[in-house]
Amino acid sequence: MKQTAIRLASAVVIFVALLLLWVAVVKIFNIPSFMLPTPDLVVHAANERFASLMTSLWITSAAAAGGLAAAIVVGVLISLIFAQSRWIRRMFYPYTILLQTVPIVAIAPLILMWVGAGLFSVGLIAFIICLAPIIANTTQGLISVDRNLVDLFVMNNASQMQILLKLRLPHAVPSLFTGIRISSGIAVIGAITGELFASSERVGVGGIGYAIQYANSQSQTDYLFALVAAATALGFTFFFSMMFFEWYFLHKWHESARTAEED
Amino acid sequence: MTAADDPITRTPAIVLEHVTKQYGQGAIILDDLSATIHPGEFVSIIGPSGCGKSTLLRLVAGLSPITSGKIAMERLTRVNARRITSFIFQDPTLLPWRTVRANVGLGLELEHAPRASRNRTVDAMLSLVGLADVADKYPRELSGGMKMRVSIARALASKPRVLLLDEPFAALDEMTRDRMNEELLRLREQHAWTVLFVTHSVAEAVFLSNRILVLAAHPGRLAHDIAVPLAWPRTAETRSSPEFDAVVSQVSRTLREVQAR
Repeated sequence: MKQTAIRLASAVVIFVALLLLWVAVVKIFNIPSFMLPTPDLVVHAANERFASLMTSLWITSAAAAGGLAAAIVVGVLISLIFAQSRWIRRMFYPYTILLQTVPIVAIAPLILMWVGAGLFSVGLIAFIICLAPIIANTTQGLISVDRNLVDLFVMNNASQMQILLKLRLPHAVPSLFTGIRISSGIAVIGAITGELFASSERVGVGGIGYAIQYANSQSQTDYLFALVAAATALGFTFFFSMMFFEWYFLHKWHESARTAEED
Repeated sequence: MTAADDPITRTPAIVLEHVTKQYGQGAIILDDLSATIHPGEFVSIIGPSGCGKSTLLRLVAGLSPITSGKIAMERLTRVNARRITSFIFQDPTLLPWRTVRANVGLGLELEHAPRASRNRTVDAMLSLVGLADVADKYPRELSGGMKMRVSIARALASKPRVLLLDEPFAALDEMTRDRMNEELLRLREQHAWTVLFVTHSVAEAVFLSNRILVLAAHPGRLAHDIAVPLAWPRTAETRSSPEFDAVVSQVSRTLREVQAR
């Protein structure tokens, strides 16, 4: 308890110190506010345009959450297929790596051109970059089951379906959560990347990516900073929500979750 | 056919005829091994590492194909043989996401036993091995000895007639191991099992068995078939009797000879 308080206090002190350093740099080097606004100007801009900031946040979180959710569903299904045979993995796994290495910035404009700009296409881009970590981790979890456990099921005359549902799938849940945790952070990045290329349906308001581009073109650097802060906060929220779910589902039995809890 | 005559309700003999195991064109793991384990017998398999004793157990369990020869349990098909056989592994092989209760009920759940009878059996097994108090705990909350007891309870829940044990107590400390040995014999008094028990420990093999099969290595083959003449029931006191020491020395000597060759 006392340790937590100390840790919290030191985090706050460091944060305040960084803010002061920021102000000091602006004042000492006399940096104009369109290049680097001070924190109070950023807060002011956020406050003044709070409604549109919230709308942007909402649009981006919807796209990112949709993309992530779809990636979890599709990723788990693909992993279940991958877990069936080494041959299937050898044939199709390289495409998963392809999915992870293709520069999303380069294919985002193509996707927008093919399916049209909108929430769906932005969610699709988030989906694409979320998919690979989920497939990679879940497949690993499904196939790395102890041979003795498989033998135990075989000795009980278990069907292949029972082995999959009662052994491989629960065994893969911790790995699935590792994949989800990685993807939750990049889901927001994917959505914003998509929005940078998508034009808004309504002028002035769109997802955070759109708003960032607009604020930049209008030299509204203070609002741009507010948007960046909002995007970062959104990524954090995604990441920590997933951490919470992971803890919630695993803390009773899984070692990693327990260590995090008792740390 | 009456119930008593139904092959799956009888304690079967296990007959091994000229069993040979070779992985591909590689080394021969087991060479022309023949033996008969009589109904209700407790037979330990002991031998130097590389003698294929664990492989032999996996062959009997049908977990690995035999290269040549034959292993049969009286009048039983493969599926029926599995139904009456429980395998206990060296590590407890519990499913960490299931409570003790759900782990013990796993086999019954896989064969779609009705929930009510499953719960009754699981409760009976848990009190049999003294784990009723920890039924709702998860495996990571248990000690090594308790995990092994869960594993045994799970094996017994399906009412097996044949038990195959692959060094089940090897990872336990000596005191826990001795106590588990005594518990296993106590359980055996209540159930008619044919048991094949693989171990590294001569004392454990002597304490538990009617017979000890000593295997030689490279290739694995049957070297000696030693009867253990100690009286039943065997208790903790049995270990401090001169007869016990005599059999242990005899088996140890045989094992040394086998290793020296």
